[in-house]
Amino acid sequence: MYARAQTWWIILKICLEERLVYRGDFALGTLMRFLPIVTQIFLWTAVFASAGSVSIAGYSLEDIIAYYLLTMLTRAFSSMPGLASGIARQVRDGEIKKFLIQPIDLMSYLLLSRIAHKLVYYLVAAGPFALVYYICRSYFPGWPAPEVFAAFLLSLVLAFMLGFFLEASMGMIAFWFLEVTSLLFVYMLFTFFFSGHMFPLDMLPDFWKGVVDFLPFKFLAYFPAAVFLGKIEGDALVQGLMIQAGWVLFFIVSCRYLMRAGFNRYSGFGG
Amino acid sequence: MNHPSYLGVFLTFARNSLIRDMTFRANFLIEAVSSVSWMIMNLGFYTLVYRFTPSIADWDKYEFFVFISTTMFVNSLVQAFFMPNAQELSELVRTGGLDYALLKPIDTQFLVSLQRVNWASLGNFFVALLLLGYAVPKIEGFELSVWHFVLYPVYVLLGVFILYSVMITLAATSIWLGRNQSLYDFWFYITNFSRYPMEIYEGTWGTPLRQLFTFVIPILVVINVPARLLARQLGSEQVFLAGFAVLATILSLLGSRWVFRKALLSYRSASS
Repeated sequence: MYARAQTWWIILKICLEERLVYRGDFALGTLMRFLPIVTQIFLWTAVFASAGSVSIAGYSLEDIIAYYLLTMLTRAFSSMPGLASGIARQVRDGEIKKFLIQPIDLMSYLLLSRIAHKLVYYLVAAGPFALVYYICRSYFPGWPAPEVFAAFLLSLVLAFMLGFFLEASMGMIAFWFLEVTSLLFVYMLFTFFFSGHMFPLDMLPDFWKGVVDFLPFKFLAYFPAAVFLGKIEGDALVQGLMIQAGWVLFFIVSCRYLMRAGFNRYSGFGG
Repeated sequence: MNHPSYLGVFLTFARNSLIRDMTFRANFLIEAVSSVSWMIMNLGFYTLVYRFTPSIADWDKYEFFVFISTTMFVNSLVQAFFMPNAQELSELVRTGGLDYALLKPIDTQFLVSLQRVNWASLGNFFVALLLLGYAVPKIEGFELSVWHFVLYPVYVLLGVFILYSVMITLAATSIWLGRNQSLYDFWFYITNFSRYPMEIYEGTWGTPLRQLFTFVIPILVVINVPARLLARQLGSEQVFLAGFAVLATILSLLGSRWVFRKALLSYRSASS
């Protein structure tokens, strides 16, 4: 047990150092990522001015801007750039062999390196995020109650896990189809629309709202943001967190299963 | 000195790219479908917004659909003809492959700008045609005239040229920087401003922003001018903008050519 913990610690340390190499580029990139928010603010200001109403689908103008800002944060937890495509590449060029030989579990390794990646990201991105949130503070309704905030933090952690295991499962598909780039692109489009990254999901008509409720994607962006803004309260909040945890479990199991099945199929290409 | 036939060379490029694309037909199809589905999601988003409001900054639903189709025309043309090449340029600089382009007896900017055509991106062009055909007749009080047929395509092309100038200028900076990884991101964030009607940029921050992106970096002109010509009545403001767009295109093209040649002078090959 101790030896294993030590291995993990070393993996984590190496990944941390690897990520810190390009920190300058990183911070600038993070700040630039907020630029689309500027156009969103103008667009929604124009929409509210033309609509002549103070609320759209239960959201005020301030709520919507705050919602977009919060989804940036939730996506910082749930998005996993390069995870699925990385697995697919390793399957294709045969690099994945090393996990079959070495006594390191593929999933644990990926999870640790991802945690390291995210830790560095938060460290570097904290500055830009704090700056932008401070500038836009007037859009926020203020700090939520402590128990709501705790639920928000919990849903963020769950969003990270859901994002990781969902995307890892997608990557495992590469064991069956070697070229999955386009499949991943479609998946990305899907998550962008149905996770609520593009707009608050409450705006959808009833039928589509029903569809979205059956999918895991809304927990990647919409759910934590809506919790913070107090759009989901009481029983619905508890229920939501439980469903989110359920999806996490489902994808932990599915990605384990896919990995086993994949290793059995795997025929070791490349050198 | 014998000048090469630029049209002939371009047609060969286009043909070779088509042959390459057709070698991986399934991939071609998926690429076309995915870029179309991205636009359909965009359309879905605005359909959703128009459930809650009759108009956005005086653009009603069908007028805005004309705006979106204009965006699709311009973007699909830029993505088909220039995007893959601009991305390739920074790679050419990094690997030293630009040497070969410089040696060829043809204009270097022409060669590196048009070498590859990404045919799959033209999928959106046809979707835009359909959308335009659907939206235009539904605009209230709209009368189609010969001028629309003449001016609209011309201004779409002018928009493409402006975006090309911005893109090649950005790509040329990779000659100075050696590598320009965030080029594509930067491109995305800049053009992000151009995809909305210019009227939404109002107020203390909005007006200077609108002026910056109209008169300094004229990316707001790109889609707004052709879309207005088709969706709106011709007024004095339109005439002014239409005139300005011509001037802006010429200046952008000249400016980007100047930057490109300046950048080439600093090129110091790489590897061997």
